[in-house]
Amino acid sequence: MKITVTVNGQTSTADCEPRRTLADFLRHDLGLTGVHVGCEHGACGSCTVLLDGATARSCCVLAVQADGSEITTVEGLATTSLSPLQESFRRHHALQCGFCTPGMLAVATELLRDNPSPTEAEIRTAISGNLCRCTGYHNIVTAIAAARDQGDSPNADTPPQPPEA
Amino acid sequence: MKAARFDYVRATTVDVAVDALARGAVALAGGQSLVPLLNARSRRPEVVVDVSRLPLTGVEQDGSTLVLGALTRLRAAETSPVVRRAVPLLAEALTHVGHVSVRNRGTVGGSVAHADPAAELPAVFLALDAVFTARGPGGTREVDARDFFLGPYRTALAPDELLTDIRVPLPPPTARHGLAELSRRPNDLAITAVFTSVTLTDRVVTEARIAVAGAAPTPIRAHAAEELLRGQALTPEVLAGVADAAADATDPVDDVHAPAAYRRDMTAVLTRRALRQAVGG
Repeated sequence: MKITVTVNGQTSTADCEPRRTLADFLRHDLGLTGVHVGCEHGACGSCTVLLDGATARSCCVLAVQADGSEITTVEGLATTSLSPLQESFRRHHALQCGFCTPGMLAVATELLRDNPSPTEAEIRTAISGNLCRCTGYHNIVTAIAAARDQGDSPNADTPPQPPEA
Repeated sequence: MKAARFDYVRATTVDVAVDALARGAVALAGGQSLVPLLNARSRRPEVVVDVSRLPLTGVEQDGSTLVLGALTRLRAAETSPVVRRAVPLLAEALTHVGHVSVRNRGTVGGSVAHADPAAELPAVFLALDAVFTARGPGGTREVDARDFFLGPYRTALAPDELLTDIRVPLPPPTARHGLAELSRRPNDLAITAVFTSVTLTDRVVTEARIAVAGAAPTPIRAHAAEELLRGQALTPEVLAGVADAAADATDPVDDVHAPAAYRRDMTAVLTRRALRQAVGG
C-alpha cells in the first residue's frame, strides 16, 4: 500500500506492507535510524516519535495508519545545532549508550511544551514509560529540569498540537 | 517480532467496518493493544479493518448523560473540560491509563473492547453504570456495562459488532470520587485498582459505587460493600467492614505480577484509601 508522510519537514511517498510498523518504516524505508526499536510491544519507549505533534510509540502504530501524518524523529528535533533540550542532555551527561535517548527526548519535548514548569515528580512520571537500560535516570531528570529552568520551549517556532477531542 | 502478513482495509464508514468485521476482520482503533499483539503474533488475523478514521470521536454532555465517541483518544478525553466537569472520576482515572504516548493514540472504546481485566476504564464504566452502543449488521443495540465484560479480554460484543459510543449517566453534583491504584510504575496496568463514587448527606453515605480492577477475570462491582456503606457515616469501623467486603468480592489469580492473596489484601487497602480520598478524610 502506498503511503505519504511528512517526516522532519520532508514529504515522502513509499510503498509498504500493511504489517510494517511505523518504526520499521522510518528506519528501513526512510533511513531514519535515530528511531530505536527496543521491545516492539510498547514497553520500552525507545521508538517514541512525535506523530502529528503528539508522542507515539512508533512500534505500536502501523505505517499505513500514519498515512497523511506529520512526524518528527530525533533527526528533526534540531537542524544545524542541538536543540536546547538536547544540549542540556549533553551538558548533564544524560546519555550513556544512547539507546533510549531519542525516546526520552521525544517525551521530554512534549512535556516541556505542554507543561513548561514541571515538578521533578512530573518529570519522572513523564519519562516513566521510557526504559534506560544504563539506568541513567538521575541525569536524564537533571537534564530535563535544567532545560525547564532555562525556560526552553523546544519547538517554539512551530508548536505541534495535541490530538483533538 | 514482526507481525504476520494481513490484509488491511481502511474503513470509510461504520457500515464498511461492520461489513469487514462480518467477514472475519479484526478492528484496529488506536492500536495500543492490538499492534503489540500483532507484533508478538499472539493475534494473526487475515484482515485488519482500521476504524481509527471513522468520525466516532468527541465528548459531549447530553442532558444528564456524558456521551463519548468510541474513537475518542484517551488523551483527548482526559484533557476535555467537559469530562472533568461532568464525570471527574473518569477524568482522573484516565490519567492512569498508560503513559501519555499511549493515551495520545489509544481510544476510549478500544480500551473497553480490549477488556483487559486490570484496565482502568472498564472498571470505571462499570462503577458508573455506563451503557455501550454497538453497531452490527442487524443494527444498533445497547449493552449495560454490567452485562458487557464476560471474561479476560472477552466482551458481549459479537465478532461483527463495532463499539460506537459510551454513555455515562452523570453522577449527582454532590458525588465525590476516590481512586487508588497499585502498579509497578506510574501508568502501568493496575496490579489492583479501586474506583469509588459516593454521595454524602450530612456526613452519611446515601449512594456508593465501588468497582475493582485487576482482582477478578473481569472488573467487578463490590455490591455488598456498597450496601454496607449506604446509610452510614464513614467511621473507621464502617470503613474496615466495607474494605473487607470489597476484598470478599474479588476472585483474583496468581500471576507474575502478584499472588492472588496479595491482590485480595490490597483490594481492602485500596478500598479504604479510595473512600478516604472521596470523603476527604
